Amino acid sequence: MPTIQDFQSWPDAHGRFGDFGGQYVAETLMAPLAELTEAYVRLREDPEFLAELDRDLTHYVGRPSPIYHAERLSQHVGGARILLKREDLNHTGAHKINNTIGQALVAKRMGKPRIIAETGAGQHGVASATVAARFGLKCVVYMGAVDIERQKINVYRMKLLGAEVVPVTSGSKTLKDALNEAMRDWVTNVADTFYIIGTVAGPHPYPMMVRDFNAVVGREARAQMLQQYGRLPDVLTACVGGGSNAIGLFHAFLNDSSVRMVGAEAAGEGIATGHHAASLAAGRPGVLHGNRTYVLCDDNGQITETHSVSAGLDYPGVGPEHAFLKDAGRAEYVGVTDDEALEAFHLLARTEGILAALESSHAVAQAMKLARELPKDGIVLCNLSGRGDKDVHTIAAREGVQV
Amino acid sequence: MSRIDRRFAALKVAGRTGLIPFVTAGDPAPEHSVALMHALVDAGADIIELGVPFSDPMADGPVIQHASERAIAKGVGLADVLAWVATFRERDKDTPVVLMGYLNPIEIHGYQRFADEAVAAGVDGVLVVDCPLEEAAVLAPLRAAGLQQILLAAPTTAPVRMAQLCEAAAGFLYYVSFAGITGAGRLSTQDIAARVADIRAHAKSPVAVGFGVKDAQSAKAIAGFADAVVIGSALVERLDGAATAQQIAARVGEFLGPIRAALDAPTSSS
Repeated sequence: MPTIQDFQSWPDAHGRFGDFGGQYVAETLMAPLAELTEAYVRLREDPEFLAELDRDLTHYVGRPSPIYHAERLSQHVGGARILLKREDLNHTGAHKINNTIGQALVAKRMGKPRIIAETGAGQHGVASATVAARFGLKCVVYMGAVDIERQKINVYRMKLLGAEVVPVTSGSKTLKDALNEAMRDWVTNVADTFYIIGTVAGPHPYPMMVRDFNAVVGREARAQMLQQYGRLPDVLTACVGGGSNAIGLFHAFLNDSSVRMVGAEAAGEGIATGHHAASLAAGRPGVLHGNRTYVLCDDNGQITETHSVSAGLDYPGVGPEHAFLKDAGRAEYVGVTDDEALEAFHLLARTEGILAALESSHAVAQAMKLARELPKDGIVLCNLSGRGDKDVHTIAAREGVQV
Repeated sequence: MSRIDRRFAALKVAGRTGLIPFVTAGDPAPEHSVALMHALVDAGADIIELGVPFSDPMADGPVIQHASERAIAKGVGLADVLAWVATFRERDKDTPVVLMGYLNPIEIHGYQRFADEAVAAGVDGVLVVDCPLEEAAVLAPLRAAGLQQILLAAPTTAPVRMAQLCEAAAGFLYYVSFAGITGAGRLSTQDIAARVADIRAHAKSPVAVGFGVKDAQSAKAIAGFADAVVIGSALVERLDGAATAQQIAARVGEFLGPIRAALDAPTSSS
């Protein structure tokens, strides 16, 4: 049985993280989820599978990613040292591939020739299309029509990789609607189709499986810290939409009680304006997309539309493990506004020569706040989850620049 | 004996197949929702399935999703749905009403509060699409208040699990006739017949078959081996755009009339 003393022991056998998680899905999905759970629970302890995963992470993804002391940024901020876990240097430019390579290998072992995925910013779609090409699988990506418009480069990238991109025009035409549509495809085509969920949400076993595949980030970072600095960081920070890069960084440190953890959610135009995507900081417990977690909804229980400058954080729910860590008091979740993220984006670009993804820029902004509160010998470890090339057009448009 | 149980007992005595139409509450016109419910009964409905609009109906097809979006845009919420059932009950004490929807609106409303209000309004059963048997503990206050929890079974449901569903079934067991979303058009009658026969032999309650039933012919094909037929997307689609109570009643009659007749035709034996 998992215990509150051992945060790494969750979820329980039913996929629950305390009060959160579970399998809140229609009966038609119970059989495919059972099939997947059975396969994955076996594979996660199969040395041959893990060795195959490890080989691809090393030679295809390019792991380990370095931790980098952002010296000029730290000096500018004037406080503790800010270290960046450079997930932006992975193949395809973000942490997302840690998960897709893992799930594609599971799909292959399960004998499923077709994979489907949903995507918001397009990063998970690109990472799915990439591994589909790598393993010779057919790939269909569902993407909200609004997101397709603001992430044209990634849409074209997916097509170059051989994937079919299906626009979703229902609801708010963003990530949550793409997720609904992908679920429908899976229900209809379960026999030959594997659904690669891109974040630590959805029904069990997804939150556990996606976490496991991203946990390599924290395992590496923890070892790198001990080896290079002889100590653990004082505080970790990462952006939280669904929360896969954050849980990836946090998980290896969960039982290190000296390490504080702060998730940076998208506060959009400010939490008080209602235009945000801060499910943990401003939402309430509910049920969405197959799991119990914190959600943004109105008093009728209708999921509300969210806002963030970064498509990847524009999600009204959050992974159930984060909901659990929040309620257990193990991690804190705070809002970072669009403006703060953009300011951090520019500062990092000019002081370190790194264009961060807008999602990751939320974490950088939070790292700067945390660094100011700590003494000079303190260490803030920030997950730089993706690179910002995909966002150049969004930033130019927002700042009135013609590219 | 619950209203649902009484209705199925009466159908059995009469040798009839039950007709269970589904409509999304508040669509096409919130102000005519109660009139729509009465029209369904007038056209031969044995049980009414009333969809509670939800913003993210994962297991429904585009037709019902759009109906939900239309209703939500007009401000329809759970409280309205309960009020309409209460008004419907003033004139109709016999036709069972099952609310079909998703968990989040009930969770946010509060389980105990929902249970009390639904019973007071005259609701008989709830079918919570995203609450399978494994998670059904959260619905304990509803069952304790006397609401029957309608369970779903699917072609993909494994034998051991099917036995659990048959054991836990209350009111009726709702068999979704193919592994897909509501409203899509695949239906192999032989497959369904074989599975449903097996389920009926074991289930503690009658078996209703739905998903993909769209006209008299497809309803009739199922009537031969099911206790009841559920019709949803095709009806919701037919109602789209109807503006007055008269229009709504006329479309309900035109659509359900031939289906009711086909189910009652002497060649249908169950």
